[in-house]
Amino acid sequence: MILRKLILGSLAAAAMVFVSAAGYAADKKTKVGFVYVGPIGDHGWNYQHEVGRLAVERTFGDMVKTKYVEKVAEGAAATRVITNLARSGHKLIYTTSFGYMNPTLKVAKRFPKVKFEHATGYKRAKNMATYSARFYEGRHVVGLVAGKMTKSNVLGYVASFPIPEVIRGINATFLAARSVNPNIKIKIVWVFTWFDPGKEADAAKALIAQGADVIMQHTDSPAPLQQAAKAKVWAIGQASDMTAFGPKAQLTAIIDDWNSYYIARTKAFLDGTWESGDVWGGFKSGMVKMAPYNKAIPADVVAMAEKAKEGIIAGTVHPFTGPIRDQSGKVRVPAGKTADDGMLAGMKFYVEGIEGNIPK
Amino acid sequence: MNEWIVPVLLTIITASTPLVFAAVGEVVVEKSGVLNLGVEGMMIVGAITAFAVGVSTGNALLAIIAGAVGGMVMALIFGILTLNLLANQVAAGLALTIFGLGFSSLLGYAFVGRTFPGLPKLEIPFIGDIPIIGPLLFNHDILVYASVFFVMCTTYTLNRTRLGLLIRAVGENHDAAHSIGYSVITIRMACVLFGGAMAGLGGAYLSLAYTPLWVEGMTAGRGWIALALVVFASWRAWRAFFGAYLFGGISIIQLHAQGFGVDIAPQFLSMLPYLATIAVLVLISRDSSRAKLNAPACLSRNFHASG
Repeated sequence: MILRKLILGSLAAAAMVFVSAAGYAADKKTKVGFVYVGPIGDHGWNYQHEVGRLAVERTFGDMVKTKYVEKVAEGAAATRVITNLARSGHKLIYTTSFGYMNPTLKVAKRFPKVKFEHATGYKRAKNMATYSARFYEGRHVVGLVAGKMTKSNVLGYVASFPIPEVIRGINATFLAARSVNPNIKIKIVWVFTWFDPGKEADAAKALIAQGADVIMQHTDSPAPLQQAAKAKVWAIGQASDMTAFGPKAQLTAIIDDWNSYYIARTKAFLDGTWESGDVWGGFKSGMVKMAPYNKAIPADVVAMAEKAKEGIIAGTVHPFTGPIRDQSGKVRVPAGKTADDGMLAGMKFYVEGIEGNIPK
Repeated sequence: MNEWIVPVLLTIITASTPLVFAAVGEVVVEKSGVLNLGVEGMMIVGAITAFAVGVSTGNALLAIIAGAVGGMVMALIFGILTLNLLANQVAAGLALTIFGLGFSSLLGYAFVGRTFPGLPKLEIPFIGDIPIIGPLLFNHDILVYASVFFVMCTTYTLNRTRLGLLIRAVGENHDAAHSIGYSVITIRMACVLFGGAMAGLGGAYLSLAYTPLWVEGMTAGRGWIALALVVFASWRAWRAFFGAYLFGGISIIQLHAQGFGVDIAPQFLSMLPYLATIAVLVLISRDSSRAKLNAPACLSRNFHASG
């Protein structure tokens, strides 16, 4: 027993020496780390961040060396993973889930020379920047297309959790759809998970059975889109181009594109011009993109969608332009005004015309 | 009325079938005195092996067989560890689940983003055209029929055959069974493998029919629900079948209720299947001595011939 402990102990010590030696091995390449909350094979959120990491590798070639850690739970495990990355010589670290906010901040304080980038959070430090994407701009375009393409005038929305990000998406979709189709209705089913293909599919089936003929989702798997394809109704892809799962069904998809941001920020770091800050990018910065439009969409609808997108880029169109009332009829955004970022970030109400209540 | 009741019932059948497979398999495993907590792991390995073979060969039958074999290979690992090497069953089962989740991701790496056309429906002519009953009972893929078939087979075998008697004997008192000359390990291993095959079929149903695609972690906890259903069913296959349909039914109905705009908190509705399961469990086990009678006496106890 004692012998075994001794052997184990010396093995552990040897391992530690080895690890720290690896950490000190001076490498000319700048090491960049990425932390993902789920598997890179989810074909959604994490997959797109991984695509961004690969873009960084391609762009900078021998100048950088990247490393990713996937399926890192939010909380204490994240603190450990981020610390390890910082300690092993990673100079720039991207943490890509909301729940990494406090862990990242904690590690950022301990490693003032390392730069951190945290996605979707709101806490910053001198060496910790934040970034997120204005997916609601994509939802606006999707809403216009869906409003035109529906025959039953019922849109089906598979929703995950009642947080501002998701509610904002529902509102943006509905406002846009109603602007082109006054009879539009939206049915929302909350599944209370980001990821459960079976449950997401069941929710889509329920919506289709109740007359929805455009299925949209704010969950991560392609299952709802696949069900729509099976039932021969339309659908909108989420986070990445999901054409493969329903070539005829996908009208378009809202794509998260982190490539340009990751390349720009990594370049800034290499140039020594990196500064902390907050970026909330949309169509204009290329963080949000639309997948190719389905060939079945009439040309005038595509033109309208493209025009809205151009308008958003030019700043002449805002998905939340007043007058916007909530369900009680109270004016939330007065006529002629647009919703500011503070309001968007904290949106907790349905706009007038949506039936049902937000789960508390 | 027909317009929505048939789709609701059809969705319930799809939602319940993977649970039926996994739960019925585990009933047999536990009846033989083995507690295998690795159902989730066996299911997901079954899901990826079925999907991989299905996509590669385009043959649905081969895919289904591959799913069963995938689950069996996992079960074999568990069987060797616990039956031959006498490892703790709870620990080995948990490890099997964790291993299965990781191993399936590795196997599935090349299959992310691929699609499978789904299983063909076996339409029975004439009877299949009867309104409501036709689509509900006679228009499914082979796995749905197989799940019902296995429930009937298992119930019959456990209660009415010599083999069933043997399995129960090994589960109730392995020393007695051993002393009259039966090989406890062989019988248990066979049951464990059967459980693996069933869990694998449940997984195969997920990746071939329910949502014909592969994404990591797609079983999303169904293996654990199947385990709970076994206790709920007080170790009876037909009760596990009804438990699975009760659970599947309420989970589906709550989604439809939301779509209809029923003004009940969806969090509460999401909780309902679990709540209903617990309520029924309390009702059927209110007589504690009878509930104990149902649990195999040697459940999760390792057997060694010396002992």
